[in-house]
Amino acid sequence: MIITVALYVTIAMVTLAALLNVYRLIKGPDAPDRVLALDTLYINAIALIVLLGITLGTRMYLESALLIAVMGFVGTVAMAKYLKRGSVIE
Amino acid sequence: MNPFAEYLIAALLLLGGAFSLIGALGLARLPDFFTRLHGPTKATTLGVGAIVVSSVLYFSSLGEGIGISEILITVFLFLTAPVSANMLAKAAMHIGVKTTDDTRGNPWEQ
Amino acid sequence: MLDRLGFPQPWLSALLFVTWQFLSEGVSGASIVMGLVLAMVIPQITHGFWPERPAFVKAWKMPAYLLIVLKDIVAASFSVARLILSPRPPRPVFVCYPLQLEHPLAISILASTISLTPGTVSADVSDDQTLLLIHALDAESDQEIIDAIHQRYEKRLMEMFQ
Repeated sequence: MIITVALYVTIAMVTLAALLNVYRLIKGPDAPDRVLALDTLYINAIALIVLLGITLGTRMYLESALLIAVMGFVGTVAMAKYLKRGSVIE
Repeated sequence: MNPFAEYLIAALLLLGGAFSLIGALGLARLPDFFTRLHGPTKATTLGVGAIVVSSVLYFSSLGEGIGISEILITVFLFLTAPVSANMLAKAAMHIGVKTTDDTRGNPWEQ
Repeated sequence: MLDRLGFPQPWLSALLFVTWQFLSEGVSGASIVMGLVLAMVIPQITHGFWPERPAFVKAWKMPAYLLIVLKDIVAASFSVARLILSPRPPRPVFVCYPLQLEHPLAISILASTISLTPGTVSADVSDDQTLLLIHALDAESDQEIIDAIHQRYEKRLMEMFQ
């Protein structure tokens, strides 16, 4: 019972966090700020997927959370490298 | 489920949510890029860490064994967070992102 | 001996093998074969990125070090959280940290540690690997940060690598 309440409060907090990230994503002002906002956004997405898994009582979604972790990291590194060098693969 | 485990899981969930929210607040309201870099890379990583640990505890208290995927996610996030923070800091120094006036010291030329 | 069998990086191979067993649904014949193939192929392909063998002298001290780092992450997260929530503006500073470590792996472990503990991010290493540029979110003075990092992390890493 107490877990259910805590779960809903936590989902609300993480969703609010995602909205704040979107605010930074839109506002900028520089490209690195936007990449950083995207980076935080995918980490929050992982948190939301794990929370969804607890809510539904299934472990099935954890694989997708793992994939988002891998792909998000590669994406962040690729964008940071693009900003620094002007190309991703040299 | 035993009540102690329930309270522990609930506390960890709330702690994780609070850290995610504080990290995002830092991202939204700190003054320049380099200070904003601090909020997400740490607070958020710890927030997800706490949520994932509570997930491990929840499923193992239901008698489904220890989840390997959860542990892999946590380890992966903790390994990658410093790398992406470092790459972003280098990119920002290369572009010459403005720092706040009360920053002491100077970033290096890239 | 291990080199000729196709394992130029035995530790990396072991890590890859174990990780693959975790990723597959339970240990089976197929996952063991696939794990062995990956443990053989990936170190061969990435050979150019591993210029020299890691010079770990006292690897058994690593778990204690990781525990200290974990404790610091939790403790310092609270102080950063308090700073974000307080109305006072932060006092950010760029610090040049003089490195005493020499091994590249040791330096990257130190840089990762600095980035993971809240309040500090390692931004860059100088080309001759003697200086580390650190951005701190809130600090009274440069020396305070340099001393803290040296006492807590660098000394322990130096014991491990030299």
